[in-house]
Amino acid sequence: MIPISWYLLLSATLFCLGVVGFLIKRNIITVFMSIELMLNGVNLSFVTFAHMWHLVKGQIFVFFVMVVAAAEAAVGLAIIIAIFRARATLAVDRIDLMKL
Amino acid sequence: MNGPLLFLPLIPLLPFLGFLLNGVLGSKLPKPVVTAIGLLAPLGSFALVARIAYLVWSGALAMPVVEPNAPQWISAGNIHVDFGSVIDPLSLTMLLIVTGVGFLIHVYSVGYMHDDKGYWRYFAYLNLFLFFMTLLVQAGNILLMFVGWEGVGLASYLLIGFWYQKTVAADAGKKAFVLNRIGDFGFLIGIFLLLANFGTLTFSEIAAKLAASPGWTGGILTTICICLLIGATGKSAQLPLYVWLPDAMEGPTPVSALIHAATMVTAGVYMIARTHFLFDRSPLAMLVVAIIGAATALFAATIGLVQTDIKRVLAYSTISQLGYMFLGCGVAAYSAAIFHLMTHAFFKALLFLAAGSVIHGLGGEQDLRRMGGLWKKMPVTFWTMTAAVLAIAGFFPFAGFFSKDAILYAAFLSGTNGKIFWAAGLFTALLTSFYMFRLWYLAFLGKPRSPELHAHESGWSMLGPLVILGILSVCGGWIGAGRMGTWLAPAVGARAAETSTNHTELILSVIAVLAAALGWLVAHMLYREGSRRAEQLAASFSAPYKLLVNKYWVDELYGAVIVKPLLAISRFVLEWVVEYAILGGLVWLLSGTAVFGGAVLQRWQSGNLRSYAGWLAMGAAVLLVFALAPYLFGLHGPSMKWAGW
Repeated sequence: MIPISWYLLLSATLFCLGVVGFLIKRNIITVFMSIELMLNGVNLSFVTFAHMWHLVKGQIFVFFVMVVAAAEAAVGLAIIIAIFRARATLAVDRIDLMKL
Repeated sequence: MNGPLLFLPLIPLLPFLGFLLNGVLGSKLPKPVVTAIGLLAPLGSFALVARIAYLVWSGALAMPVVEPNAPQWISAGNIHVDFGSVIDPLSLTMLLIVTGVGFLIHVYSVGYMHDDKGYWRYFAYLNLFLFFMTLLVQAGNILLMFVGWEGVGLASYLLIGFWYQKTVAADAGKKAFVLNRIGDFGFLIGIFLLLANFGTLTFSEIAAKLAASPGWTGGILTTICICLLIGATGKSAQLPLYVWLPDAMEGPTPVSALIHAATMVTAGVYMIARTHFLFDRSPLAMLVVAIIGAATALFAATIGLVQTDIKRVLAYSTISQLGYMFLGCGVAAYSAAIFHLMTHAFFKALLFLAAGSVIHGLGGEQDLRRMGGLWKKMPVTFWTMTAAVLAIAGFFPFAGFFSKDAILYAAFLSGTNGKIFWAAGLFTALLTSFYMFRLWYLAFLGKPRSPELHAHESGWSMLGPLVILGILSVCGGWIGAGRMGTWLAPAVGARAAETSTNHTELILSVIAVLAAALGWLVAHMLYREGSRRAEQLAASFSAPYKLLVNKYWVDELYGAVIVKPLLAISRFVLEWVVEYAILGGLVWLLSGTAVFGGAVLQRWQSGNLRSYAGWLAMGAAVLLVFALAPYLFGLHGPSMKWAGW
């Protein structure tokens, strides 16, 4: 049986990859994907601990996170499309002003 | 109160009622109603005072009258001040003068002010003045007196600046007010010292406490007296605070007559006589009073010699005569001083009213050099003026002779310095006689120098008071001659010198009359045919003449030594300390904090998404390190057990 720590290490790796991607990528869609990566890294550790303690709370929490992530994806993608239409760019460094 | 009802509170309250009615409703009331209110109020007060005087004369009333159950005004700790009045020979005499002369001048004002737009305002102020003046006179304690004292100052300010559209008049009002404040400061300190040392402010109680310790002289009493004297010099226009009075002539002439000649300016003399029990205990303060009086009398008389404005001559003459009264107080001849106060009120009010009649008749002309030959056109004014001039010059048997003589005699008898005071007084009498006859010659005799001014005699509401005051200027002295000392003795104490008559007094009287005659003679020689000879004389003595014409440059001196530095300091404090340091500093501090804070904080809000993400990650890392610190660094922090897991 695969030890618990492996799951946790994978979860942490996924989360850190998300953080690094969030920090260094310029394309706003990639940034968005990095956020999803972080969320799923955290989801993995939730499931791991739920399994470890034989509790269902962690798995329920994962569903909540997924629901929120789905909603966030819907809103976020809509915003990204609006921004792209307005500025014709997806580079986050360029999008630093509220007004056009 | 046993004895007849006196209605003492009504004496000041009637004019106050007049002030309220005219002051609030005056602009809407028809003129005859304003006149009726304005005249009935002082007439009512005068009737009440005259009734008291009659009761005293007929023996139905014994003086002094002190109200036993006066309403309480201030009661704090062991300080108790009430609204009590005191009627003794001193205040009764003064009340008779104030309400009597006051009423005459009200009557005169009806004619003098008849076509002024501020008619109702004028009578409101005049009644207000009478309210405060009667309050001052009949106050039974020094604090209530101070209320009246301040009030007459206010009324004086309002009336000097009555024609406030004229800058000169408004400025003169302010000058009078400010100079009086300086004096009042001394007065207030004196009141505080009295309270601290006697624990009471009622005159009779202070006198009783002093009488209980006969050995108490000098020391703090001298300080108190000097403080009170500073107040008196302000109000009574003595050296060094006299400069406001000549400027006060910007007010309407009846005001000059009532406030700045007959009544208000004598308040200082009255106050010293009222607190004479203090001054009696301080020879030093008495000497200062006498010196100030004699110096002022001489000083102002010399300035009066060369003035060309008819009212300014009279103003300096007033200062000079007030100096006489101070001299009288300073040599402890209080009854002589009050006697002179009374006769002076008669003849000086008359002089001012006659001058007002001249000014009125000439359509506002005040320059003596443009008058002349008025005796034919204004006979009543001329004859009453003549009586007043003879009275102030001190000719027998006119009013001024008796009172001036009493003061000079008392000065002569008072110690080693007395002879100097007497000589100063005598020389002043000569100068007084000279400048009064100079005025008389220039205004009334000779040829008319300005024929384009069509002089006309004034109406009867103006001439009536002139005639009554003229009679009083002639006969007023007989009332008090030889009797004044005895009459006032219960209030101010008897002095041997004032009541006895002997050869010395007779000789001194003759000398004084000769001095006055000499003054007349000189004036006659110089001004009989206009001022040509006098101008020649002035040209040959140009240095002293300039000194006098410029009034010794006292105004300029005060301006340079006090006013300008004061203004400079005020401006410095305003511009640099208040404006620049306090207000500016505060504004700079607030705005600087905001600007600096903004400059620092704006770095966080770059708008750059990745920098936000960086800060976010950093914050999360810090929180993580904080949460895991016990495990990472092997410390045993709070137990990390999960409840319920």
